[in-house]
Amino acid sequence: MTIATNGKPDPTPKLVVRGLTVFYGEKKAVGPVGLDIVGQHVTALIGPSGCGKSTFLRSLNRMNELIPGCRVEGEVRLDGDPIYGPGIDPVAIRRRIGMVFQRSNPFPKSIKENVAYGLRIGGIKDDREISSRVERALTQSALWEEVKDRLDESAMGLSGGQQQRLCIARALAVEPEVLLMDEPASALDPIATAHIEELINELSAEYTVVIVTHNMQQAARVADYTAFFYLGELVEFDRTDVLFTKPNDSRTEDYITGRFG
Amino acid sequence: MIRASQQARAHTNREYEGELRRVREQLLLMGAKAEEIIHGSIRALTERDSVLAEQMIAADRKINQLEMEVDELCMQVLARRQPVASDLRFLTTALKLVTDLERIGDLGVNMCERVLELNGEPPLKPYVDMPNMAREVQEMLHEGLDAFVAADVEKAQRVIARDKNVDAYYTQVFRELLTYMMEDPRNIFRATRLQSIAKYLERIGDHATNLGELVVFMVKGKDIRHAGKLGDDKIT
Repeated sequence: MTIATNGKPDPTPKLVVRGLTVFYGEKKAVGPVGLDIVGQHVTALIGPSGCGKSTFLRSLNRMNELIPGCRVEGEVRLDGDPIYGPGIDPVAIRRRIGMVFQRSNPFPKSIKENVAYGLRIGGIKDDREISSRVERALTQSALWEEVKDRLDESAMGLSGGQQQRLCIARALAVEPEVLLMDEPASALDPIATAHIEELINELSAEYTVVIVTHNMQQAARVADYTAFFYLGELVEFDRTDVLFTKPNDSRTEDYITGRFG
Repeated sequence: MIRASQQARAHTNREYEGELRRVREQLLLMGAKAEEIIHGSIRALTERDSVLAEQMIAADRKINQLEMEVDELCMQVLARRQPVASDLRFLTTALKLVTDLERIGDLGVNMCERVLELNGEPPLKPYVDMPNMAREVQEMLHEGLDAFVAADVEKAQRVIARDKNVDAYYTQVFRELLTYMMEDPRNIFRATRLQSIAKYLERIGDHATNLGELVVFMVKGKDIRHAGKLGDDKIT
């Protein structure tokens, strides 16, 4: 399946992926993948380890370029504009398409400075503006009430779940349009996971969210659309309720029901 | 495709696989019991066998017990395994199927109760359509269970199609009994008992039809119930 749009109803997808193939050296890691990511919805990428889902996710904001020997073919368009091509600044792309990682990775700085970091790099100097955008990002990531009285304390003192929400706030502070999340809750306990999932749901009102998860129940809970990757191939892409009740492809069926090779 | 994955491929988790197999086995046991009761009830009627009627009434207790067991098993699997896709469809089908099978058992009991009442009276008439109707219903139930075991959509649809034969038999039996009642009011007691039995058979046909519809859903993920009323009755 190279163009797996499955007749999706959305006429103007936020991200359009066509023939995307990623190589590490000579070896093809994933692709060719074609799918449409619907704006202001949550799309989950599932599949076993090594299936290429994280590689695919990283190719959506050109993070793979940081990996030596990595080469990307095909195209990704954000609101119709290509993100790959001569003269396109990957940093500008990453400002529009933010990312949150599996392990929360706060900087060894204060809570406030963690969130303000991207803003300062982006050239914002006015402290009042920074403060208000920090508050907005922390509110969006459902952390504000818990940290508003200790913004100047070290971020390293936060719990795992709080650190992850801080990283989400850091990604949101620069006001991206798309948020990529690579297993954002896999290192968290069920309560912190529930917070993150609720947050993902809320964020999707404003942002386009793409999430990689190993937890299929999590995909079923949070995602509007789900894509199943297997052995470097996009096998099936459909509405989450359809994919988890009557998948089309027997490989999807086997994977989600727990019948592995 | 689903059939292949259901039958050829086992779960990686063998305990889970065993749980699903147990649901399946208990359901089939229940189906076999229901068939047995319907078969016995008809024989009790045609052969005026009150002892057999009592036995069938007693046999229904096993179906009720199995209903509770299957429900419990399904609940456990749903709670512990969070089944999806074909497993989810199988389990939701199982939960509904037990209700249909249990009702079939109850209708068998109702038939036997009417048989016991009839056996206290001289026979009203030789049975012609009733045994044919009973055979049709029995075959529908049997085929429906076969379709479930084999995940066979075509067979399930043949079961569904046969329901109109049962309805036609019911209309025929009803009309005939009506003439007996009009001829002589003393026939009314027996004729109404027989009419009830015909109605029970007709209801069993409906439950067998449900079974067929559930099998289609289980295999294809497509709900074909109330197709005429809600539109969209094409099965693709």
